[in-house]
Amino acid sequence: MAAPGGALATKGRVVVRRLSLLAFLSLWALPAAAWEWSGNAAVEGRLFFQSPLDPRQYDQDGSVSFDPELAHEWNQGRDLFVFHPFLRIDARDDERSHWDIRELQWTHAGDGWEVLAGVNKVFWGVTEAWHLVDIVNQTDLVENPDGEQKLGQPMVKLSLEREWGILDLYALLGFRERTFPGLHGRIRSHPRVDGDLAAFQSGAGRKRVDFAVRWSQSIGDWDLGIAHFHGTARDPLLLPAVNRKGERVLAPFYDLIDQTSLDLQATLGQWLWKLEAIYHHSDYGSFYAWTGGFEYTLVGVADSAADLGLLGELLYDQRGDRSSTPFNHDAFVALRWTLNDEQSSELLGGFIVDWRNRSTLIDVEGSRRLGNDWKLSLQLRAWLDVDADDLQYPFRRDDYLQLELARYF
Amino acid sequence: MKRLLLLFLVLATAVAWAQTPEEKGLAIAKEVDARDTGWGDFQAKMSMLLRNRQGEESLRQMRVKSMEVQGDGDKTLIVFDEPRDVKGTALLTFSHKTRDDDQWLYLPALKRVKRIASRNKSGPFMGSEFAYEDLASQEIEKYTYKYLRDDQLEGAPVFVIERYPVSHYSGYTRQVVWIDKARYIPLKIEYYDRKNSLLKTLVFEDYHQYLDRYWRAHRMFMRNHQTGKSTLLTWKEYRFRTGLKDSDFTRNSLKRAR
Repeated sequence: MAAPGGALATKGRVVVRRLSLLAFLSLWALPAAAWEWSGNAAVEGRLFFQSPLDPRQYDQDGSVSFDPELAHEWNQGRDLFVFHPFLRIDARDDERSHWDIRELQWTHAGDGWEVLAGVNKVFWGVTEAWHLVDIVNQTDLVENPDGEQKLGQPMVKLSLEREWGILDLYALLGFRERTFPGLHGRIRSHPRVDGDLAAFQSGAGRKRVDFAVRWSQSIGDWDLGIAHFHGTARDPLLLPAVNRKGERVLAPFYDLIDQTSLDLQATLGQWLWKLEAIYHHSDYGSFYAWTGGFEYTLVGVADSAADLGLLGELLYDQRGDRSSTPFNHDAFVALRWTLNDEQSSELLGGFIVDWRNRSTLIDVEGSRRLGNDWKLSLQLRAWLDVDADDLQYPFRRDDYLQLELARYF
Repeated sequence: MKRLLLLFLVLATAVAWAQTPEEKGLAIAKEVDARDTGWGDFQAKMSMLLRNRQGEESLRQMRVKSMEVQGDGDKTLIVFDEPRDVKGTALLTFSHKTRDDDQWLYLPALKRVKRIASRNKSGPFMGSEFAYEDLASQEIEKYTYKYLRDDQLEGAPVFVIERYPVSHYSGYTRQVVWIDKARYIPLKIEYYDRKNSLLKTLVFEDYHQYLDRYWRAHRMFMRNHQTGKSTLLTWKEYRFRTGLKDSDFTRNSLKRAR
């Protein structure tokens, strides 16, 4: 197994590792038929079209990943155990070679309530371009610059499901640091972020217990969620520093925050209307941000079985150019082409443009099943006219094509 | 008294005689529905064998849980097992008699529950020849009806009725349904597209009776006449009245579904 990045070798991780070992040992003692493995193994290639800003960065990269899940259900589905590790071995970037426990959890469901204990992944939100309100899990940034891949979060969750909606209460046991590409990695800041220098506002550091609560409800055509998070920010402030080797780097600083959020979707015929908004408060500043828009689906375009989705979203952050996100006054426009064929072929193409500084990110994502068990995925990202004040400025020479071939089992 | 009864019978026959084809069609549909009411809940396994014009096959496997709702459409949860890349994907549908169904899709890779537009009902279900609307809960209110004729289908006496989808988002102008007279169950459906040409034929086979009352076809064969593709849908391991509750059909239950 590849050594996890130094920044990740935390005590919480050791506990997780011991737990997983224990789980592994106890599992194999039980009848095999009741347990089910699924998941995929994949090879991935990344090709960059331009030479890097830093000559130490790679031009082409290859990696393999293993993403299995072991699940067991008993008590008529009222009890569920899931073990879901993840491993990637990357040819060029030491920080991208990493492993994680995405899930190691037990869920028990009663009538109208549910408890979950262990490592878990939680998604909040409705929009497509940027997941603003999604805060429970840390981003596994080395996996994908879009931030959609997440690290497992140890937690205890109680969920009440009643006429008045769903109330989720979370105690988040310990903090996971964001992963950052290493010295040789592409799509990174200049200088790079050195996770070993991570600092925390909370004296409890990585052992701090954070809290979150979310109420959500479906009322007719409307789906609504209101949440509050109190704890260590998932999104660090990045401060110039010099590491032990004398290298000029950025050091992550994780402050304590309170974040209140709203997510809302109206499903009106072929229109989906979406809004996510947050109010973020910490000793280092307060701000609000929102993102919202629509998705309109044309069903059966040109007498075919295919659907064509038109997506438009706006992204706003009160901090403007001082935001920790590049999407602070941006617009997202995209087409989603769903073929509805036997291979479940899909293609999404669009761009996010900053309406003040014109910086543009082009994004194309596609996938297609090959036979019954294989899947080919494509990602193409390119940056155009990136302004020096835009947070994407360091990526201006990082246009890339990524192909992944995965075998599912 | 006898004369009164005779008069009543004559009147009743006259009323029946005076029934318009629309009334008779609706009456048959109501009888089909009435005979299939009260099953409570069921769980079953469903597989779909997709075959294209070149004869290439691919397989879909899923598990279905469904529950009747008093005064409204059924609640249904479908969990996908194959193809493996969509394993754990789950679809929750609250069907309604007169308004659009509510649908949520669970995407396990992102752990995301997505409310989806249920008006996309004419789209293919999992790349098969079945559209969402073909598999949805067949509420009486979703169509208007017209009785066409009495006929025979492979030796069985049948009613042939035509039904017209109420929703503008349906992919069909009309459907012709062959209904077994003895059991009030569909044996065959022809689907006519928006241009009113014959698109697909569905044949129900291998009916089994459950709880001494409810008939379920174990094989449903859909042939698309325009593309040459077909889908064989097979039901297995039907279990009725398994004690499913509302709490088994929630956004939380979608995430637990395996």
